[in-house]
Amino acid sequence: MKRDWLPLLLIPVLGLAALPLVGSAASWVTLTVAGLAMGLMIFIMASGLTLTFGLMDVLNFGHGAFIAVGAFVAASVMLALAPWMTADSLWLNLAAIGPAVLAAVVVSGLLGLAFERVLVRPVYGQHLKQILVTTGGLIVAEQLLKVIWGPEQITLSRPTALRGAFLLGDIAIEKYRVLAVVVGLVVFAGLALTLNRTRIGLLIRAGVENGEMVEALGYRIRRLFVGVFAVGSALAGLGGAMWGLYQETVTAAIGAQVAVLVFIVIIIGGLGSVGGCFIGALLVGLTANYIGFLAPKVALGSNILLMALILLWRPQGLYPVAKR
Amino acid sequence: MTALLSLRGVETRIGRYHILHGVEFDVAEGGLTMLLGRNGAGKTTTLRTIMGLWRAAAGEIRFDGRDITKMETPDIARLGIAYVPESMAIFADLTVQENLVLAARAGPPDPKRLEWIFGRFEALKRFWTLPAGFLSGGQKQMLAVARAIVEPRRLLLIDEPTKGLAPAIIANMIDAFRELKDGESTLLVVEQNFAFARQLGDAVAVMDDGKVAHQGGMAAFAADSALQQHLLGMGMGEHQ
Amino acid sequence: MVKQALRAILSDDLPRSRWLAVVLVAILVGLAVAPFLFPGAKSLNVAAKICVFIVLAASFDLLLGYTGIVSFAHTMFFGIGAYGVAIALTRMGASWAAVAVGVVAGLAVAIVLAAVIGLFSLRVRTIFFAMITLAVASAFAILASQLSDLTGGEDGLNYRLPAELRAPFSFGDTLFGVRLNGRLLDYYLVYLASVVLVLALLRIVNSPFGSVLMAIRENPFRAEAIGYRTVVYRTIASCIAAAAAALAGVLLALWSSQTNPDTTLSFDIMVDILLMVVIGGMGTMYGAVLGAVLLVFAQNYLQDLLAIAHKALAGVPLLANFFHPDRWLLWLGVAFILCVYFFPSGIVGRLRNRR
Ligand SMILES: Nc1ncnc2c1ncn2[C@@H]1O[C@H](COP(=O)(O)OP(=O)(O)OP(=O)(O)O)[C@@H](O)[C@H]1O
Ligand SMILES: [Mg+2]
Repeated sequence: MKRDWLPLLLIPVLGLAALPLVGSAASWVTLTVAGLAMGLMIFIMASGLTLTFGLMDVLNFGHGAFIAVGAFVAASVMLALAPWMTADSLWLNLAAIGPAVLAAVVVSGLLGLAFERVLVRPVYGQHLKQILVTTGGLIVAEQLLKVIWGPEQITLSRPTALRGAFLLGDIAIEKYRVLAVVVGLVVFAGLALTLNRTRIGLLIRAGVENGEMVEALGYRIRRLFVGVFAVGSALAGLGGAMWGLYQETVTAAIGAQVAVLVFIVIIIGGLGSVGGCFIGALLVGLTANYIGFLAPKVALGSNILLMALILLWRPQGLYPVAKR
Repeated sequence: MTALLSLRGVETRIGRYHILHGVEFDVAEGGLTMLLGRNGAGKTTTLRTIMGLWRAAAGEIRFDGRDITKMETPDIARLGIAYVPESMAIFADLTVQENLVLAARAGPPDPKRLEWIFGRFEALKRFWTLPAGFLSGGQKQMLAVARAIVEPRRLLLIDEPTKGLAPAIIANMIDAFRELKDGESTLLVVEQNFAFARQLGDAVAVMDDGKVAHQGGMAAFAADSALQQHLLGMGMGEHQ
Repeated sequence: MVKQALRAILSDDLPRSRWLAVVLVAILVGLAVAPFLFPGAKSLNVAAKICVFIVLAASFDLLLGYTGIVSFAHTMFFGIGAYGVAIALTRMGASWAAVAVGVVAGLAVAIVLAAVIGLFSLRVRTIFFAMITLAVASAFAILASQLSDLTGGEDGLNYRLPAELRAPFSFGDTLFGVRLNGRLLDYYLVYLASVVLVLALLRIVNSPFGSVLMAIRENPFRAEAIGYRTVVYRTIASCIAAAAAALAGVLLALWSSQTNPDTTLSFDIMVDILLMVVIGGMGTMYGAVLGAVLLVFAQNYLQDLLAIAHKALAGVPLLANFFHPDRWLLWLGVAFILCVYFFPSGIVGRLRNRR
């Protein structure tokens, strides 16, 4: 429901709780920005997945493939434009990143269309087959990436303008993270505006609740779904490109690795809810960074703990989608 | 009068269950046909099959002379058929306004028509910007009906519209349905409230165990209490 | 007489296809005489791996094929069993007591964990369970590599097996030119344990409990309406599968004298099991046997075939990459998808249809 603000409070609560544990304010700011950046990148990758699930009850276990493809495509373009990447000019850097990201978005979006047509459509409504076939799709996609780009990992470095950190007193904030936060917020705002202010958005929200009734009102929900699937894949590609640049390495396994975080986020948020996905992603990003600082050994396991706690509180996730 | 909608030998299976066994009846253009029957007789399944939400395994459904048996639900709706399901299926996360905006396919809802709807269902105006999930059961029912009539439609399929409504609102609904059938629409209404059904219905089709057991004029049916007893298992007007 | 005994052993679930029967007998006999037919450390290793994976795949089929739920945490239980024995042998020295402690501890952890995950997430829906198990399994793999004091981290554990299972131990001279040593004994331990475990699983799926599982798979709502607590049944199935997977892990640990994340916990192994069960034939038990044999063979020998194709295509740039020996998973992945679409009961289903 719209008026349930409690989950939103979790973010400041988590941040404030971490402050005394972290100790120094400077480290806390650095960690918080890092957590938000990571969370927002995951959000970009997860939003499409949660929407397609809500809309058509389809969960694509191969979503990671789009993430990986986005990362590889962007990396290739950036390597091809290496001179611009290393140039000491923000504009030239952006002139390299822009086409790279665009290519990543377009290719993974198109791949999404193909994936939907070939793998997902024949198994609508059959959950078991859906899980198996989309997992198979991930396996094949991962191998194809190795066929095309070779089995070795690709290393790439961030462009000159995005290296280093902004220094505010003794607080250091990495430039790239700031960019990630900005892009993430723009994507979130774009999605929120589309969902709340446009007719398509209205249809999507209605379809998430009750697709059958949307059809009975005369709308072809299948088309809507294909569109959402493609946009979701494209966003995964965007997220993958950003993630690759963040890690500065790209491997074929990147998709499967990040997909686990994506799954955790959409479970936490409540399957089908974009708002829940947003909060879940921020919680996961922040927790990973705080715990990574406080107790590095258990950092990645902390996500599971977070998920378990949230599910104990709300078994259907933060914002269970009203179904039928 | 010609039949706007006609069903011939319609069989519907849901999974392994065979629910409709050759349903046959006609809905005359410009009238209000009541679809009656005991619980579980197959009324809801019939409406869903007409809408294409279940697939007829055999038989034929014609709308305005056109075979719609195999058409997709959105295409059926676009022929001018509106559906109010038994579960109401309002969009709880959307506001009352958004529910109606979505139902008006042709563009923003016509203000005059909205006023007419508000005149019948005043609550909708009051809670215009509230998420529909917060409406009471009866108010949700009003919204579900309003969604079907926010634009002119040729045929309205309405499943138990009076469920949970106060008598005053039922009276309003009767008025609204009368105006609709005198004007632009033909109605097929499933109803348990026989008092309501006999006031409003021109014709009646009674289902029993997945078939239409009786079809005819409402006046004759309302007068024949033995037949009612036999088909519906109740005396006149007893059942609510 | 023989037929009756066979029916009893196979819990009345006969292969129902001459070809399938032939293949199964070939596998059973082939594995039994493998040490004599194909002497040498590498082929014995392949044979033992096949035994272990047959159990692992069969236990996964109990979930996927018979219960209709997808778990991505099956390798986690496999790893728990393997690490249980490995840790015990590392800590307590190479004794059978250590093995016993390891088995008991591994089984206990696996069953409790399976029960918790099941009760937590099986009441919702298949997809939810699949996602949760995926998340838990990946966290577990990370945890195992982080707790290096206990698990040896990424490198895993190297330990000594009980003396009777080591090469120096000898219980006779030679037979058909094969030395009767501890390795041979170890192989037959693995072999016999695998046969027993598969027969036990066969018994379970053909019991009344198994029928309930299949009823739930077909229509959970109906089963619930008839009065079966679906969550409970599914959770029990998931505990049994976890226990069997843990025992497969025990066998692996007892065979290879080293246990590490790559061979027990990795997602690659999970993918292998999925491929085995789906290509072999879901919900048939025998399919898991066939699938395991096929996949272990493919891993070891499909590469050689691909290498030939790769050579032939050496001039063609991109195309050649498709046939690179390391891309065998690509082809099995395609086969997997085709199986799900067109042959949901896999190879076994095909064999049974032609009789
Ligand atoms: N999804 C379904 N799966 C299986 N059987 C169903 C399903 N929906 C309805 N049925 C069965 O079909 C029969 C007809 O149901 P239907 O809902 O059409 O009856 P109805 O006449 O609308 O009853 P009521 O007056 O109670 O609304 C019932 O026996 C019902 O149990
Ligand atoms: Mg009904």
